[in-house]
Amino acid sequence: MDWQTLATQLFGAAHGIVRDGDFLQGEVEFDGEPLTVIGTTDHAPIGVQLALRQARAVLDTMARHPGRALLLLIDTQGQQLRRRDELLGINRAMAHLGMCIDLARRRGHRVIGLVYDQALSGGFITSGLIADACDALPEAEIRVMRLPAMARVTKLPESLLAELSESNPVFAPGVRNYVAMGGVRRLWQGDLAQALREALADAQPQDQRAEAGAARGGRRLAASVIQRVLDAA
Amino acid sequence: MISYAECSARERLALVVDTGSFHEWLPPALKLTSPHLAQLGVPSSFDDGVAIGRALLAGQTVFVAAQEGQFMGGGVGEVHGAKLVGLLRRALRERPRAVLLLAESGGVRLHEANAGLIAVSEVMRAVLDVRAAGIPVVVLIGGSGGCFGGMGIVARCADHIVMSDIGRLAMSGPEVIEASHGVEEFDSRDRALVWRTTGGKHRWLTGDCDVLVEDDVVAFRTAAISALGAVRPVTMESLEAEHARLSARLAFDGAEATALWSSLGVAGAERIPDLDVAGVLALGA
Amino acid sequence: MSLQPGLETLDYTFTGTRPAGAFAPVLVGVVGSGNLEVLLEPAPGDDCSIHIETSARGFGSIWAAVVRDFHQRHSLAGVQLSIHDMGATPAVVSLRLDQAARELQS
Repeated sequence: MDWQTLATQLFGAAHGIVRDGDFLQGEVEFDGEPLTVIGTTDHAPIGVQLALRQARAVLDTMARHPGRALLLLIDTQGQQLRRRDELLGINRAMAHLGMCIDLARRRGHRVIGLVYDQALSGGFITSGLIADACDALPEAEIRVMRLPAMARVTKLPESLLAELSESNPVFAPGVRNYVAMGGVRRLWQGDLAQALREALADAQPQDQRAEAGAARGGRRLAASVIQRVLDAA
Repeated sequence: MISYAECSARERLALVVDTGSFHEWLPPALKLTSPHLAQLGVPSSFDDGVAIGRALLAGQTVFVAAQEGQFMGGGVGEVHGAKLVGLLRRALRERPRAVLLLAESGGVRLHEANAGLIAVSEVMRAVLDVRAAGIPVVVLIGGSGGCFGGMGIVARCADHIVMSDIGRLAMSGPEVIEASHGVEEFDSRDRALVWRTTGGKHRWLTGDCDVLVEDDVVAFRTAAISALGAVRPVTMESLEAEHARLSARLAFDGAEATALWSSLGVAGAERIPDLDVAGVLALGA
Repeated sequence: MSLQPGLETLDYTFTGTRPAGAFAPVLVGVVGSGNLEVLLEPAPGDDCSIHIETSARGFGSIWAAVVRDFHQRHSLAGVQLSIHDMGATPAVVSLRLDQAARELQS
């Protein structure tokens, strides 16, 4: 779904969200309450610049609109794969974005992530995955890395990885896998505004993804290992 | 001098903390191995590549984790990540003097793909919880594998980073960048280029790490002890200052480290790759 | 299914003559390329049992010779060895096994 359609369904045609390059930003009204919307589109690669742009928007909301909820709209091909971004410390810029969102949450801003098209690891690990919860549209896809690069790094045959991506939950990019593993909280189906309403109502500060992964059966060990560390003599 | 880079994770851990003080949680004898590797014909490791526990550092209680870079490149899988999250959550309960992370990792363990990505994200949130509780998180980076991917982000979520000149701290590995945009973008086999762009000297000169040390376990231990008080609260003010600092970097044009160092006012930038750690520290003083 | 590589699993059991007694589990080595880890633990009875998981398949007869030689050197009784191997040479395997056994003596 393209971002305009999504925004219109959520907030009406006069939503006021503006696109500047790959960056989306707007202050909208939802259920009579103001809401900050920040996002990316066109499968944006996230480099230092776009990470900082998003961070600036989060900082501005904290400064000017204490307590206002934030909705992060995610469509990214992952981190920008350029030497310049590495030189300038893209990992630091990403951490900065994540820490801005994390502080916003600690200061009482609810933060909801929504993968509405695609997301590759580095592109949303410090946005959607650091929010109170990351939701997704049912057709969205989440990947760790594109298969050719993955094959090169792991030295596993690309054909094997492709086969695993069809059927194996650990590799398959469909967001239903991420729901089963606890990484995505919920899929937004049917009435999108109602889904947003529920997302805002259910936002809470504890990271419950390991427990969700165990309860849903997609990631059976993480929660028990965490508990065993807590209980170890 | 004992090379930190040449030690295994367990050897580093044993030498950094007070002698004999390490008490391991979920030790290898429990055989908590990865549930995902056998299907790929890859052998597991009894500790899933990370040793965690409690130790003393200069007589003070610290929680410590050491990632084994030789196993799956130190990549974070489901069990590995859960061990780190458990350690960090336990720190919230017991409030050690610090949490010490001897990091050597490529980031998400690709062989565990989705499970690894969620695991790294959980580690990230847990580190920030510990930091918010006022417990310093100190990261040591000195393995030949470096600290990349999601772990490169986790490192920058910590209070304090100690690196040797052998260590690297970045997001994407040079091979992945080269595979995407060609050898002209980043020649992954040009070691000097790789270290200029992501190595400890560069990160220290730009302030992306706090301390630069020799490749010596004693130097890392000394730096870790010094870092025990290094709490840096995350506040609006600190984030605004960080934002200004990072935004200013965008004014630099290009991708060449020596040019960047010159622009930062470092004299004799071209000689830096040939300087030893003491020489670089003298420049930055 | 046909595209999936697999680990090879091998098991060997010997009767030992030198009881190891009770001891804290010993871990040597690292599961890296050309390397292996060995976990040595107490076990009931007089056996020395060795369980191997390896990514280098088809070397059963070499493993049999290496572990037989190890048992001839040490003849441990009441132990269990578990190995994760990633293509170590017989020399490196023998080295790690001996390192593990040596830790019992200290």
